[in-house]
Amino acid sequence: MSALFEFLLRQGDNTLVLGHRTSEWCGTAPALEEDIALANTALDLIGQTQLWLGYAAQVEDKGRSANDLAFLRDVYDFKNVLMLETPNHDFGRTIMRQFLFDAFQVHWLTALTDSKDSHISEIAIKSVKEAKYHLERSRDTVIALGDGTEKSNVIMQSALEYLWPYAREIMSDDAVDEEIASLEIAPLPSTIHESWLQIVEPTMRDACLKIPDSNFVHNGGKTGLRHTEHLGHMLATMQVLQRSYPGVTW
Amino acid sequence: MYAQMVKSTGKGVQALEEMSREERAFQERIDRGEKIEPKEWMPDAYRKNLIRQIGQHAHSEIVGQLPEGNWITRAPTLERKANLLAKVQDEAGHGLYLYCAAETLGVSRDELFEMLHSGKMKYSSIFNYPTLTWADMGAVGWLVDGAAIMNQVPLQRTSYGPYARAMVRICKEESFHQRQGFQIMMVMANGSKDQKRMAQDALNRFWGPALMMFGPSDKDSVHSAQSMAWKIKMNSNDELRQKFVDETVPQAEYLDLKVPDENLKWNEETGHYDFSQPDWDEFYDVLKGNGPCNHERLEARKKAWDEGAWVREAMMAHAEKKAAKKQAAE
Repeated sequence: MSALFEFLLRQGDNTLVLGHRTSEWCGTAPALEEDIALANTALDLIGQTQLWLGYAAQVEDKGRSANDLAFLRDVYDFKNVLMLETPNHDFGRTIMRQFLFDAFQVHWLTALTDSKDSHISEIAIKSVKEAKYHLERSRDTVIALGDGTEKSNVIMQSALEYLWPYAREIMSDDAVDEEIASLEIAPLPSTIHESWLQIVEPTMRDACLKIPDSNFVHNGGKTGLRHTEHLGHMLATMQVLQRSYPGVTW
Repeated sequence: MYAQMVKSTGKGVQALEEMSREERAFQERIDRGEKIEPKEWMPDAYRKNLIRQIGQHAHSEIVGQLPEGNWITRAPTLERKANLLAKVQDEAGHGLYLYCAAETLGVSRDELFEMLHSGKMKYSSIFNYPTLTWADMGAVGWLVDGAAIMNQVPLQRTSYGPYARAMVRICKEESFHQRQGFQIMMVMANGSKDQKRMAQDALNRFWGPALMMFGPSDKDSVHSAQSMAWKIKMNSNDELRQKFVDETVPQAEYLDLKVPDENLKWNEETGHYDFSQPDWDEFYDVLKGNGPCNHERLEARKKAWDEGAWVREAMMAHAEKKAAKKQAAE
């Protein structure tokens, strides 16, 4: 597997898995406005997935399409970070997960707009506009819910504590990242950590939430070495038609 | 429109000479085709009727998210997933415009939700049917949105301004949904043996319930006359049902699918299709709460509302704190 193909799968799987999770909210959000906003976020992420996986399929050059990559790979071939496959649980965890991702994604995509690979920089230019809007919304919502009531503060603190050990996998580097960085396709993900913290820390302060002390990070998603048990269930649902009726047009 | 059996005053239509001076002036404005705007005088019964009708329509939009939402996580391709998400998002948007239109009549969205949850207000019977295969996403778009359009297009000319304007925007989106649904059916009907079977099965299950969307036959529809005089209902139930059948049957033929009605046949004399009435006993059962999914749909709405309470409360509390801080700073 080429480093570029793997890099593209990581981008596309992140947006696919989070887009899917977000779409699970459809029709059941706490308010109509939230329902619309969540659907909008999910739509953006699925749209970005089409671009990332579409390019991945082209780079692989084995006759697979973006849909083949999304619907016909199994758990160990997925390269999304673990945080994004964790279940929605409640609105608090959903929006906290979105925020922790958005805070990374805005800086990451901004950096990718300068990629030596023009196809990647084009995808980044389109996606970063959406990511900025997502961040604005997820940050405001995290602050409102953290600050809101005693009850909402407890829920948001618990969401942060659950997600914190997962949040920084996306900023860990490995051999694939090093090769991609040496080709000037993308910076090392670890270089985003400082700017990520510059968004996360003041937001948590405004939200009256305490960032956990632990530096522990769960790994295994972006490498595909060890996903959570949740991903298999998500794929079982997501892929059911493509698996049950192979080879037909939908 | 997704309003069925909207109760009116039940008194029948008054003649102009029986009306008070205000009522008469109001009716004359409607007869001239003028729009009634929120702050203008209107009879209480007109206001109440509209709240029921717009509320029922709004509830139908948001409950209607559920049967389609049921397939978003299983949509077979990225494109289909995006299209379905966009469609269900549009429905939430329609709900939002309609609740806003109802609010101009003096009822809040929370009050309307409360009436939905307690069973005091209804939503369209069609959303109490299950979506069982992917072909149902085609059938719902093609038949359910198709039937809704029949009702909604004339409602763009309805007498209440905010309702008419909401309907203009809704109609544009609905006709797009209908084409999208038909396109899913086309792919399925021309697909593999399994897909064709799914398409036919979906048509079999949704045909009768789609015909019921127009409400009972005119002879049994006790609430229509006053609503038509007020131009909050523009055509009779049977008239619209016939129009729907006449337009839909050739589309089914094009798809090479069989409409599940042994009596369906073209009538040269009338220039319309003859067709069987849907099972009205089933319709009344569904309205009474005994449809296949009544329980699930209402539970899902109530659960979402109850589980979201802490979010709404926190948002309000935060907004109040922010406003207080701003005031203190000034």
